Amino acid sequence: MRREGSAFNGLGVVMLKELADHLTSIRFIILELIVMLIAVGTVYVATQQIKDTVAEDPFLFLKFFTTSREPLPSFIFWLSLLVPVMAIGLTFDSVNGEHNRRTLSRILSQPIYRDALLFGKFLGALITLAIALVVLWLLVIGLGLLIIGIPPGGEEIARAFVFLLVTIVYAGVWLSLALLFSIMFRSAATAALATLGLWLFFYVIWPVLASELATIIVPPDPRYAALGLQTPGTVVLEQILSRLSPSTLFGEIVVAILDPTTRALGPIYLSQLQGAVLGAPLPLAASVLIAWPQIVGLVATTIILFVIGYVIFQRQEVRA
Amino acid sequence: MSGDSVIEAKNLTKTYGQAVAVDHISFSVGRGEIFGLLGPNGAGKTTTILMLLGLTDISGGEVSVLGFNPAREPLSVKRRVGYLPDTVGFYDQLTAADNLRYTARLIGFRFNEREKRIAEALERVGLADSANHHVGTYSRGMRQRLGLAEILMKGAQIAILDEPTSGLDPHATSELLGVIRRFKAEGVSVLLSSHLLERVQSVCDRVALFSAGRIALMGTVPELGREVLGAGYVVDIEAEGAGLAERLTLIPGVSGVEQTGIGKLRLHADRDVRPEAAAEVVAMHGRLKYLGVEEPSLEAIYNHYFDSKPDEARKEGALHAA
Repeated sequence: MRREGSAFNGLGVVMLKELADHLTSIRFIILELIVMLIAVGTVYVATQQIKDTVAEDPFLFLKFFTTSREPLPSFIFWLSLLVPVMAIGLTFDSVNGEHNRRTLSRILSQPIYRDALLFGKFLGALITLAIALVVLWLLVIGLGLLIIGIPPGGEEIARAFVFLLVTIVYAGVWLSLALLFSIMFRSAATAALATLGLWLFFYVIWPVLASELATIIVPPDPRYAALGLQTPGTVVLEQILSRLSPSTLFGEIVVAILDPTTRALGPIYLSQLQGAVLGAPLPLAASVLIAWPQIVGLVATTIILFVIGYVIFQRQEVRA
Repeated sequence: MSGDSVIEAKNLTKTYGQAVAVDHISFSVGRGEIFGLLGPNGAGKTTTILMLLGLTDISGGEVSVLGFNPAREPLSVKRRVGYLPDTVGFYDQLTAADNLRYTARLIGFRFNEREKRIAEALERVGLADSANHHVGTYSRGMRQRLGLAEILMKGAQIAILDEPTSGLDPHATSELLGVIRRFKAEGVSVLLSSHLLERVQSVCDRVALFSAGRIALMGTVPELGREVLGAGYVVDIEAEGAGLAERLTLIPGVSGVEQTGIGKLRLHADRDVRPEAAAEVVAMHGRLKYLGVEEPSLEAIYNHYFDSKPDEARKEGALHAA
């Protein structure tokens, strides 16, 4: 059965309203302030560390993002921690909130499809996060310029830009997860708890669990252990399992993009290193190629989660 | 109704798994008519409304709204029909005007038309003064009126109102009913649902009484009164004059006369017999002190109907329990 008209009727209107709502909401301002403070703090510490130690690095600028000094972790650590929190904070009540405010049936009785409402909400939140991240990115770069005083090279800016795009994609994963839960659970508090729980699980528990599971499924070979080596089968399985977590994927991409000397993500056999100049930086395209499966993985996760939410939302009853 | 009907439903059915929410109902609403869907909560009124708007799937039967099929052409239907949901909600952090602006953008009105329509609609429901107040500060009655303003702004040909008066104080209710009557005056058809029979009786041209997903009775209130209660009208007279009771019995349509006090008579009739009764009193030079009519009340009809149909009532009880 073909529907009349476009599914995107009213999409722009919904998106702009969501954007305006987010940008003026106290919730967003608080989240943004926290992230800003942490960014300024970590980058300042990083520049102090850089001044002290790494004097001659061709990719000095990228060090702002990755350098840490005890006890403060690096900027990317905080970012991978806080981007999900921001994403969840923006969307955990987006659909059930409309239900609970009893605005949903009124809005859906206007000449738009549900598609426009859901997609508009997703895009509105994604653009909000993108704006926040771009501001943050500019802030870090500007701060670095001010303190260090050396202008970044073209390649560094390009890498930093790819890093920004990847961070936005990573935010998209958590946005669509929070959106899915806001469709599934009628109570906003339940949706927030479920999403935060899943985030904690993937961030804290899954890496440990993946390693344990791998040792159980493929027990380490004593011959490798005798040589002080890890069993290849176990390591590979552990990596496969840990890559089910979007946090792991994001971490791997960041390593590949921000550290140009990264040649592979995961175990390398000695034969693969033949002819390689260790420590030599790769061109940007090669770095992106290394992380490409992970990037595709993040995009695919976002799309799959959104589609699941879309299907549930289409079948849901609008009455309160 | 004639061929001028704006809503036409035939054997409309909605099932949730085994449970039947709406069971083969058929009705039509004419242009400029106020049609009431009445019945207890859970009788299928809201589900029927959602099917008319294409907001829930239709399990069986046919429905046409202004000639469109809500399942296939929901946008055409929703562009022409205004809907006020049960306990309507607005975005509390926005002003009334901004709430309407959002809806107007969704409908697709251009800027100039949008502002004009919003100002007019708010004026007509009496919210012009608080147009720039946040909806969070609004009372329930004001929210309901804002919902009606949205329908006015839309320029809808049909207004579908789900429980528009529930939870309102008497003053807010009569204001709301006033706005609904103005809809009719402008040729807008109104379909309203309610479980408050008394209030609805005063505005509806025709009503359909719902029970357990079926339409038990349908027609004008006097029609239903005759059908269910027999002689539906009660006329009270206070007059002096010998042999008045006997003369009044002879008026066509009067089925009984009873003495309710000294000089007080009560006539049971199948129509309004006040003119004839007055003429009789005057003809025998009696002194007429009081003449009043009690129209058949919807509540009496409803209670009488369901008391005499225990089967229906039991089924309804089962649905409530479920």
